[in-house]
Amino acid sequence: MNGSEKFNWTGWLVFGLFLLLWECGSRASPKLQLYIPPVSQIVVALSHLIVSGQVTTHLLTTLRRFLEGYLLAAAIAVTVGVALGYFRFAHSLTEMLIEFLRPMPSVAIIPVAILLLGIGDAMIVAVTVYASTWPILVNTIDGVRHIERTLIDTGRTFGLARRRILWQIVLPAAAPYIVTGLRVSLSIALILVTTAEMIAGSKGLGFFILDEERSLQSSNMYAGIILVAVLGYLLNRLFLALEEKAMKWRRGMVAREAI
Amino acid sequence: MGGETTAAIGNISCQVETGEFVSFVGPSGCGKTTLLMSIAGLIAPTAGKILVKGRAINGPPPNLVLVFQEFNKSLFAWRSVLGNVLFGLDARGKKLRESEGKAKTLIELVGLKGFESHYPWELSGGMQQRVAIARALAYEPEVLLMDEPFGSLDALTRLELEDTLLRLWEELGTTILFITHDIEEAIYLSDRIWVLSRRPSEIIEELWIDFPRPRHQVTTRAEGRFMEIRNQIYKQISNENTA
Amino acid sequence: MASRHGCAGSNLNMRDSKLNGVFFLLALLLVWELAVRAEWVNPLIVPAVSKIVGTFSELFWSGQIPVQILASLKRAAVGYALAAAVFIPLGIFMALFDNIRRALEVTVEMLRPIPPPVVIPAAMLFFGLEDEMKIFVIFFSCAWPILLNTLDGVRNIDRVLLHTARTFGLPQRKIIWQVILPASSPQIMTGLRVSLPIMLILVVISEMVGSTDGIGYFILDAQRRFRVAQMYAGMLALAILGYVLNQLFNLAHRSLLPWHWGMLQKKDEG
Repeated sequence: MNGSEKFNWTGWLVFGLFLLLWECGSRASPKLQLYIPPVSQIVVALSHLIVSGQVTTHLLTTLRRFLEGYLLAAAIAVTVGVALGYFRFAHSLTEMLIEFLRPMPSVAIIPVAILLLGIGDAMIVAVTVYASTWPILVNTIDGVRHIERTLIDTGRTFGLARRRILWQIVLPAAAPYIVTGLRVSLSIALILVTTAEMIAGSKGLGFFILDEERSLQSSNMYAGIILVAVLGYLLNRLFLALEEKAMKWRRGMVAREAI
Repeated sequence: MGGETTAAIGNISCQVETGEFVSFVGPSGCGKTTLLMSIAGLIAPTAGKILVKGRAINGPPPNLVLVFQEFNKSLFAWRSVLGNVLFGLDARGKKLRESEGKAKTLIELVGLKGFESHYPWELSGGMQQRVAIARALAYEPEVLLMDEPFGSLDALTRLELEDTLLRLWEELGTTILFITHDIEEAIYLSDRIWVLSRRPSEIIEELWIDFPRPRHQVTTRAEGRFMEIRNQIYKQISNENTA
Repeated sequence: MASRHGCAGSNLNMRDSKLNGVFFLLALLLVWELAVRAEWVNPLIVPAVSKIVGTFSELFWSGQIPVQILASLKRAAVGYALAAAVFIPLGIFMALFDNIRRALEVTVEMLRPIPPPVVIPAAMLFFGLEDEMKIFVIFFSCAWPILLNTLDGVRNIDRVLLHTARTFGLPQRKIIWQVILPASSPQIMTGLRVSLPIMLILVVISEMVGSTDGIGYFILDAQRRFRVAQMYAGMLALAILGYVLNQLFNLAHRSLLPWHWGMLQKKDEG
């Protein structure tokens, strides 16, 4: 959705109305308040949680697991993806395997992971890696395979060694695809971390949200949900900012080589 | 038609006889498309008005249809060739039962017999434009407006379609308003040509083309007069481009 | 390099052959089987392929797995259908009427970043462990891809197409039904297609977090009771379900939008 136009007064007004309705509706019915506390109450709970530091450990734990899982997945998936995309024989071997594993929802791996790794950090990071690898892998393979043959042949005509072809032609050309995969995996990684924390965790935001629900602390629960949403939003923004920087760097690199 | 003024178009006033084939030629960007879109009622003029049959129009007039240059964006990808042509008939208000026969006749007329159940993506550019023309004719318009309909096609296909169009025109007698940047095409097809100036465009020349009909790609174009007219128009447009 | 044999030949190039993939897969399974039998891998944690397949077969024919799958499918289908029924029309309205779009834009952007699984506890507050909980979660998760793709699909309709509809004198209502809807259907389809795996994932998650039946629950429960072969059998069932749903969707795509399906096939070959 574009944000290039003037400030969206209507949109914010409608959103504000939505919050107002929530607030009034919730306060009007004490029975409802258990399920949906008034907005004000949630905001208070949220600030209290942050200020008191109650939620800090959970937040940092989730963030740490996310980063470990995501970055590891990226490293593995891009490496393997480039190899599979570049070497057609390798790709033909693994294509069928990938086709069979893809339809299975990654979350189904959680029970296996629990069996193998117990409950805790290792399990959570492992399932995150597993799930996040797929979009990056598939997109990378796609990107590398779709590189125009002429681009690579040009490199070979210039007598470039294989490694240089890889770095200077293959990776930049496949970059858009890889970036798409990385972006999709961003949300997936967060989903997996929080899910694993809900199913078998003792720390982390996922666990926190479920725990607060169990103790019927609905305000805290909603506060936790908002926290996760904000975390996801910020990670997304960070990704976009890094992406822009990388594109600029790439453009600079190409320009420099042209000289 | 009456007079109209827009930023792209200056004062243009001209009269078209029923059943005539007339063309507008002019330098690039002179507003030919704007003119045609305004006549078709798809753009509202910022000043002045458009009169069709003496009455000012307000939106697309019911007896006019415009054929676009971008046939691949204009055809309905989800309908077959037959479906697209039927759309024209349906828009006219014809009942489905009587329509199918008429549609098939038109499809045959544009030379696409046997392709009724094909989808547009399966056809070549020239074939797609034929479908668009058939669809427009299915609407039974009094006036057919054509905005550089053959501009996106290769040279040979263009010649084929010129002849197909002339055949259709002679068979159906529809009035045709044609826009093209191809001077020779205009001369080959038309009864009359208006040469437009650059923006804001006005008519700088009106030429009557009286080569005998039916026209022929070889003999008509070989006539001495053909090249004379062509050079005359070319010079005028060149002047406009450099002026 | 690929080589073509005459006109009708299939590509017999060794490097590209699909058979490579089949053989590789079989080889992997063989290695797995042998590794377990030789006890290189703990059979209590990773049972032999034969055992898994056997257990799966047993559970399938006894009806145990189908029952769970059906339970999951029921919830998934309702959530998915509801999301489609609500968000496709909403997307169309938002695309056609700019005021509506701008009015709802902020609210949508606020709700969108919420990762679907964390909504589950909230849904549990309202609906407990009932079907409605899962249906709501799936409804919420599938909402955004469907809404945004529908919105895009309508907004990206080429102006020439709309001009065409108007030059034929079509009234606004007919333009919507006869031109806008069919023209945006491919992208609406994309939204539905993208939502399919999301639906499956969320039904599994919601069953693992809070349920008493369903395939997700079955898998987790099997793990808790150390019925390892059953756990893997459940995962196999899930993979098959995902595959079957995909194929069904393709079938639907083919029958509803035959013209688009044809175009896509051509693009793949070309």
